Amino acid sequence: MQKVTGELLINKALELLDNGTVNRVLGWKRGEFAYDMTPAVFADAEELKNNFVFNDFCGANFSKYLIAETRKEGKVLVFLKPCDSYSFNQLLTEHRFDREKVYAVGIPCEGMVDISKVKKAAGDGILDIVCENDGLVVKTLYDTDKVIDCKEVLAERCVSCKSRKCVAYDELLGENGDVLDSSRFDEVEKLEKMTEDERYAFWQNELSRCIRCNACRDVCPACTCEKCVFDNPDSGVENKAVSDSFEEKMFHIIRAFHVAGRCTDCGECSRVCPQHIPLHLLNRKFIKDINEFYGDYQAGAEVGSRAPLVNYTVDDLEPSEAVQKGDADNA
Amino acid sequence: MRKCSIQALDTVFETIAEAAVLYLPVDGDNGASYKKWEKGTVMSNALNTVRSPKDFFFPQSENLMEFRTSGKTIEVIDKREEKEDFVVFGVRACDVKSFDILDRVFLNEPCDSYYADRREHGTIVSMACTRPVETCFCQTFGIDASNPAGDLSCWKTETDVYFQANTEKGEKLLAAIAGVTEESDDTAVKAQQEKTREIMKKLPLADLTTEGFGAGKTAELFNAPEWKELSQSCLGCGTCTFVCPTCQCYDIKDFKTGKGVIRFRCWDSCMYSDFTKMAHGNPRLSQLERFRQRFMHKLVYYPENNDGVYSCVGCGRCLAKCPISMNIVKVMRTIGGKADE
Amino acid sequence: MNNREETLIPKIGVITDVRIDTPDVKTFRVVTPDGKKAFEHKPGQCAMLSIPGVGEAMFSITSSPTNSEFMEFSIKKCGCVTEWLHEAEPGQQITIRGPYGNPFPVDDKFKGQDLLFVAGGIGLAPLRSVINYCRHYRENYGKIDIVYGSRSKDDLVDYQEILNEWMTDDNIFVHLTIDREQEGWDGHVGFVPNYVKELGFDTNKTVIICGPPIMIKFTLEGLCSLGFEKTQIYTTMELRMKCGVGKCGRCNIGSKYVCKDGPVFRCDQLEELPNEY
Repeated sequence: MQKVTGELLINKALELLDNGTVNRVLGWKRGEFAYDMTPAVFADAEELKNNFVFNDFCGANFSKYLIAETRKEGKVLVFLKPCDSYSFNQLLTEHRFDREKVYAVGIPCEGMVDISKVKKAAGDGILDIVCENDGLVVKTLYDTDKVIDCKEVLAERCVSCKSRKCVAYDELLGENGDVLDSSRFDEVEKLEKMTEDERYAFWQNELSRCIRCNACRDVCPACTCEKCVFDNPDSGVENKAVSDSFEEKMFHIIRAFHVAGRCTDCGECSRVCPQHIPLHLLNRKFIKDINEFYGDYQAGAEVGSRAPLVNYTVDDLEPSEAVQKGDADNA
Repeated sequence: MRKCSIQALDTVFETIAEAAVLYLPVDGDNGASYKKWEKGTVMSNALNTVRSPKDFFFPQSENLMEFRTSGKTIEVIDKREEKEDFVVFGVRACDVKSFDILDRVFLNEPCDSYYADRREHGTIVSMACTRPVETCFCQTFGIDASNPAGDLSCWKTETDVYFQANTEKGEKLLAAIAGVTEESDDTAVKAQQEKTREIMKKLPLADLTTEGFGAGKTAELFNAPEWKELSQSCLGCGTCTFVCPTCQCYDIKDFKTGKGVIRFRCWDSCMYSDFTKMAHGNPRLSQLERFRQRFMHKLVYYPENNDGVYSCVGCGRCLAKCPISMNIVKVMRTIGGKADE
Repeated sequence: MNNREETLIPKIGVITDVRIDTPDVKTFRVVTPDGKKAFEHKPGQCAMLSIPGVGEAMFSITSSPTNSEFMEFSIKKCGCVTEWLHEAEPGQQITIRGPYGNPFPVDDKFKGQDLLFVAGGIGLAPLRSVINYCRHYRENYGKIDIVYGSRSKDDLVDYQEILNEWMTDDNIFVHLTIDREQEGWDGHVGFVPNYVKELGFDTNKTVIICGPPIMIKFTLEGLCSLGFEKTQIYTTMELRMKCGVGKCGRCNIGSKYVCKDGPVFRCDQLEELPNEY
């Protein structure tokens, strides 16, 4: 259950629209069911009152939408959950949008729910979900109403939440949280402990499900190239086809390399994957390695920070040492 | 109609697998998917597979031909081979209908031989639904989930499995499993159908209609102002098109192997920015135009070219999978009409 | 081995001649390895040409069906396939499949009509097939006017054929124009749409237009101001294509596929389609 209510956000949005601070609002729009909110731009007070929603199913990170939104007239209001605010800063660091054209309201987040976990717990045919205290009351077609503890059905990225601290905002609703001591590298460690063959088999199995829909790339706030190399016929790697298993791995591994040091670990890639491939694990491996090789670094924690991979210091690890460390991990 | 007990189903599978490759939905960590049957394989009870069964006839990638070049000469090598007979077991009513929709594209003159070959060698055994979910809206398109088509229709009750052949291929398959099945009346099937139809009425999308869409609606709908709002947060990814059982757009590309060139076909998506891009321009420059194309095709253009048949079967995969939860239902609700209006 | 016909599997074609038309247009003569025409076609139809490893693209067949020896393609350099072709020499093999699309109604609606052809730049390529077909069956058609313009004298495609054959024919009237004054050019100077209006044709003609979209747009306006109906005017379209047979799903304008239902459209029919081309 979220500590800030949709009503509070609607009132804030109405106030900012009314006093002319912004001329439109990025928000989650009510769907057909209780859990299928769509990111939308609200410019109208009535529309906001009727269709703006904020609840446990509002996982979408709006930061990337700001690139397109800030090219339009006037200022846009964006609500940033803590993890969204890291992406926001990272995009600013990379000069991807005009900060002057955004009014950012930081909002606390208690973690977002993974609807597939709810379906597993409550059964088929979800007719309604009501968020009550720390639980979800789920009404289904085939079973009696079930009360599910939110904690049991949190999205993976929220279970291992790295921070409840909004790091970017013009205004904060509710209280800011803290950077957390997260367990997010546990899964990476498990992978590191595998033998090369086991790890290869793991990724082979996961990536073999890839359908190359590009949703992971298209949603990723770190993937903001005007023209992606995988969309460029002249690149020689452009492909929509899963022509062989090497191809799929190449796509994901190149993407992971490209966002290394810039990925804030917002987890959108894994959230949107229609095949439930744990893509965030590739990114987390890079984050973990960067932390170990160059000292702790969190992309997007502040605007303008120089990421270790694009910053040289005399104390930097020699490339050969990094490779050796990699080998040691494999041993 | 014939039937066998649930316990005898494995024997049915075994018998089918003697003459053809048998595929059926199998549960996995991330939902059900079609797998090749082997002894011990357990059929999934899931409502549907994550990926649609269109792959059986229109795979995501397939090689069309090869070329060998030397100097100024080219040799075209037709690598098509006779396909094996196969049976796809447990296809839901919506997905069975999707094959009709694909047929109208691929089997129309000039017939696509790659598709036609697979179609001829494949036998579809459907499975009636008993537990539809909130994302189901096959009834919007006149599909009866409790009475699936296919070469052989199947109904599974708590105790038995009932079979009804609809085509020559179905008769043949039914004859092959005659030893493990027995004649039966349709009382249990009728009862199950009635129950399922009652549930269908209670689904949240039961009131969704195609009113306002169909042949001849281009002028009215193409410039609808709602497309802007509907498409504004579309990521331009291909998820909806790739999980869709009826999306059939494809690309043809060449792959240099080092020894020669393979010309292959792969799924393409009208949502992709380069889909209509030419050397000298692009008629669909923004996501609005690409988004509109997808839904206009399913709800207007396709029916216009295909006797009013819509190119959607209401399987609900796009509802479950779209990263931003934008989908054909929201489009229909926004620019179409509701029955009660 | 499967012996079923498959349209996607092409035949081999041999480029037997390359003619340099303009700085960026070359005309390629194509036959099968045994020296025959790859297939029969009708005026306005297209063929898929490809170079394995480079790609496949749709081109209008510029030679007339009445040419029983070979096919010709006038191709402007503007993408990877066309760039590759421009480097090709006689003897080079390519692949070819077709014919695709619907032709101009030369044996039907056009019969007995006065014809007005309006072309701009490379837009002459698809019309050349029709013009030469009509010249071959000259008795079937009335007066023929051809308005053709390009950026400069050097950009006129098929210039020699126009001078030596079309202009010397009886009852064929060729009106050439170039966009800007040029040394050695004493013909008309000005854009095609304006020239059409200046020439002020009788409205009893059937019109066939092909050229850049902007030229088509203004010529249509000009013709309508002269009193022409859109039902008298035909044009031919080009969109991205992969299959050529209405299946790959990308060349549609509304419910019509340019590869299958086009490329030839009558302007009143085109007007009923969404403005997405």
